[in-house]
Amino acid sequence: MIHYNKFTLANGLRVVVHEDHTTPMAVLNVLYDVGARDENPEQTGFAHLFEHLMFGGSINIPEYDEPLQMAGGENNAYTTSDLTNYYIQLPAENIETAFWLESDRMLSLAFSEKSLDVQRKVVSEEFKEHYINKPYGDVWHKMRELAYTSHPYRWMTIGKELSHIENAQLEDVKAFFFKFYRPVNAILSVAGNVTTEQVKTLAEKWFGDIPSGEKYHRSLPVEPPQTAAHKLEVKANVPLDALYKCYHMHARSDKRYYAADLVSDILGGGSSSRLHQVLVKEKKLFSNIDCYHFGSLDAGLLTIEGKLVKGVKMKDAEKAIQIELEKLQAEVIADRELQKVKNRVESLLAFEDMSLLNRANNLAFYELLGDAGLMNKEFENYEVVTAEDIHREAKLLFDEKNANTIYYYAENQG
Amino acid sequence: MNRTIPPPIKDAVEFDIKLKPYEKFTLDNGIPVYVIKSEEQDTLQLELVFPAGSWYESESLEALATNFLMKNGTSKRTALEINEAIDYHGAYLNRNAYHENATFTLHCLTKHTEVLLPVLQDVILDPVFPEEELQLYKQNQKQKLAVNLQKCDFVANRFIDKYLFGEFHPYGRVSSMMAYDALQTETLRAFYQKHYTYNNCRIFVAGNMPANMLALLNQHFGSTRWNGETNLLRPELPVQPAEEKKFRIFNDENGVQGAIRIARPFPNRYHPDFPKMLVLNTILGGYFGSRLMSNIREEKGYTYGIYSQLYNFRQVSALNIQTEAGRDVCEATIEEVYNELRRLQNEPVPQEELDLVRNYMIGSILGDLDGAFQLIQRWKNLILNDLDESYFYNNIQTIKNITAEELQQLAKQYLTPGDFYELVVI
Repeated sequence: MIHYNKFTLANGLRVVVHEDHTTPMAVLNVLYDVGARDENPEQTGFAHLFEHLMFGGSINIPEYDEPLQMAGGENNAYTTSDLTNYYIQLPAENIETAFWLESDRMLSLAFSEKSLDVQRKVVSEEFKEHYINKPYGDVWHKMRELAYTSHPYRWMTIGKELSHIENAQLEDVKAFFFKFYRPVNAILSVAGNVTTEQVKTLAEKWFGDIPSGEKYHRSLPVEPPQTAAHKLEVKANVPLDALYKCYHMHARSDKRYYAADLVSDILGGGSSSRLHQVLVKEKKLFSNIDCYHFGSLDAGLLTIEGKLVKGVKMKDAEKAIQIELEKLQAEVIADRELQKVKNRVESLLAFEDMSLLNRANNLAFYELLGDAGLMNKEFENYEVVTAEDIHREAKLLFDEKNANTIYYYAENQG
Repeated sequence: MNRTIPPPIKDAVEFDIKLKPYEKFTLDNGIPVYVIKSEEQDTLQLELVFPAGSWYESESLEALATNFLMKNGTSKRTALEINEAIDYHGAYLNRNAYHENATFTLHCLTKHTEVLLPVLQDVILDPVFPEEELQLYKQNQKQKLAVNLQKCDFVANRFIDKYLFGEFHPYGRVSSMMAYDALQTETLRAFYQKHYTYNNCRIFVAGNMPANMLALLNQHFGSTRWNGETNLLRPELPVQPAEEKKFRIFNDENGVQGAIRIARPFPNRYHPDFPKMLVLNTILGGYFGSRLMSNIREEKGYTYGIYSQLYNFRQVSALNIQTEAGRDVCEATIEEVYNELRRLQNEPVPQEELDLVRNYMIGSILGDLDGAFQLIQRWKNLILNDLDESYFYNNIQTIKNITAEELQQLAKQYLTPGDFYELVVI
């Protein structure tokens, strides 16, 4: 049970506080309700590029990192398709430094041409490092385009293509900032050796006078239900054939999300999971196989991916996966297996909550979902899932019409 | 309110960092148990450590494969039954083999400790190394290696260690298809018998323990002289560094980036220069505001990230600078690295930068000591290296008191560009 208090400033900034007096540290976390899904299709990768620019100095503070490091702090940030999150961890005595830094960059960035110029290059190198210069690095780029016809999940957070990043202009940066990076579109969470009174005072002092901004009302294209299987063959310079199958699942806020999440754990969670046990250990068709999803806020993809053992034919490997999926569709799972995946969730949540940083991140995330208090109800959402729910969900998910498959072939293999 | 003025801060030197002591118990057969208790959460971490790392192997991959396959079948349980028992209770049983030690780490909810310990006992005391599991391990590891060998960073890491220590030394020896092919269950069994014995075992526990934890540990690991007593000799193995200093390797003709490694040997953690080098390394490339990061990422945009690190190996350490940079800016990146090394040799670190690094390092140690799992980690590193808390406090004093002159002296001694190995893998 994570205790918290929350309040909202007059400008609309939501604040969540979690007091933990057993630690000497504090975390300040700012979540902005904007991600890659909110981008213009002609300017993809912008939300993430923008995250880099947030470290290029703000209106009153030329250097973001230096004063923080001077205060014994560390920081980082991440951008997903759904949101952008910034966090600072530092000795609790120096928490005001975090308020000072984060509030100034919410007030206004410095918008430096030099910073934009350098970060365009840095992000280009990031793009190359993770998506071009790695075997199978382009697969998500291809899979998103295969699986989505309308919803902006069809491009990756890093961007659809390098040119979108290279062409970003300072005017676009300014417009993006004043549209999304406003108190009314942000959530501040503070955790650690702090008091709620202290956070109230500091939040008022540093964030209170920032103009509220206009509430961003999201209206994204809805992905129509998929009516026929999508398939793509790729040949590339990789050492092994690989198979990727993605199935559309429900949005994060849908109750059925939890059943689908458990389905992914039945198939791919831990070494005793079905796909690993049957396809890697018994049938020896794959050298590794995983099943996972990204927990997307809008309807996401449940993914099965594996590398084929050399000499195994793609259609035999796919058939073997199919048999496992059909089993889940045909038979209701045993109580013990259901209990296993619920136990795994219980444990995962307990280990996640150990870290102060995770608690701060999660409180902001659940507040974005609608209420920080949902964090404490999360396990209940899994506990109520029945074997019948899983059965029903598996039937829907693994309908062949809902499948997106990439056959990724090694080019130089006989 | 004037937003250009930073709020007052408490300086690093004012933080009184205390390493919370552990409790030590001894099982009936003499196995030492080091414990950091914490009742704030319902989670437990239990780690068993053996001197069974690559230092002790006679053939490449022996230590790693032994450690990995111990979990894949005992005389009473199949690999699947072991995995089922662990997964059913939402637990994690990780195994790792490093240069010196090999470990088994159980993470679980406190309430499941009692039912999981018999499984762990089985894995540690009674593995049988089934032939079929070894064959599968070889096949799948070779496939994984084939994929990794296409990555320039993976390849660069292998080569730089080979240059620093020699390919026959445990620190420079790398995996290969041939080494996987050569593995045999008999040699793994023999390695297991010799190294995973009661008198070579040390146990580290952190978190929320069941009230009868010690009785449980005694029951499962403390009541017999399992696997007998062996006296392990730790042979001194001389390093054989490469003669050549500069290397360029083409791994992928279409590569768009090069993996750069610039490295030199450095004395181990027992040398008086080691704690000082930790500070100099931080300034050079050990944090986001470092010289390398500021210049090569934030000023030039040549890379997504560049870091330097000091190896924590027992016999001999190394200072290693690493980055992946755009193919056409690799040579320019190397030149800038050398410029930064020379700058540290030629100019004293400005007082403000030194203060900042002190504060940053102390702040990050404070964060690292937060929680029982982190604390036991810190203690484990000391204990396994035959050190005590005075080493920890001495490092803190070095961070707080080292001067710009000392750092410049250190740079003059250790940061001469010509002393470094230089490698680019495209």
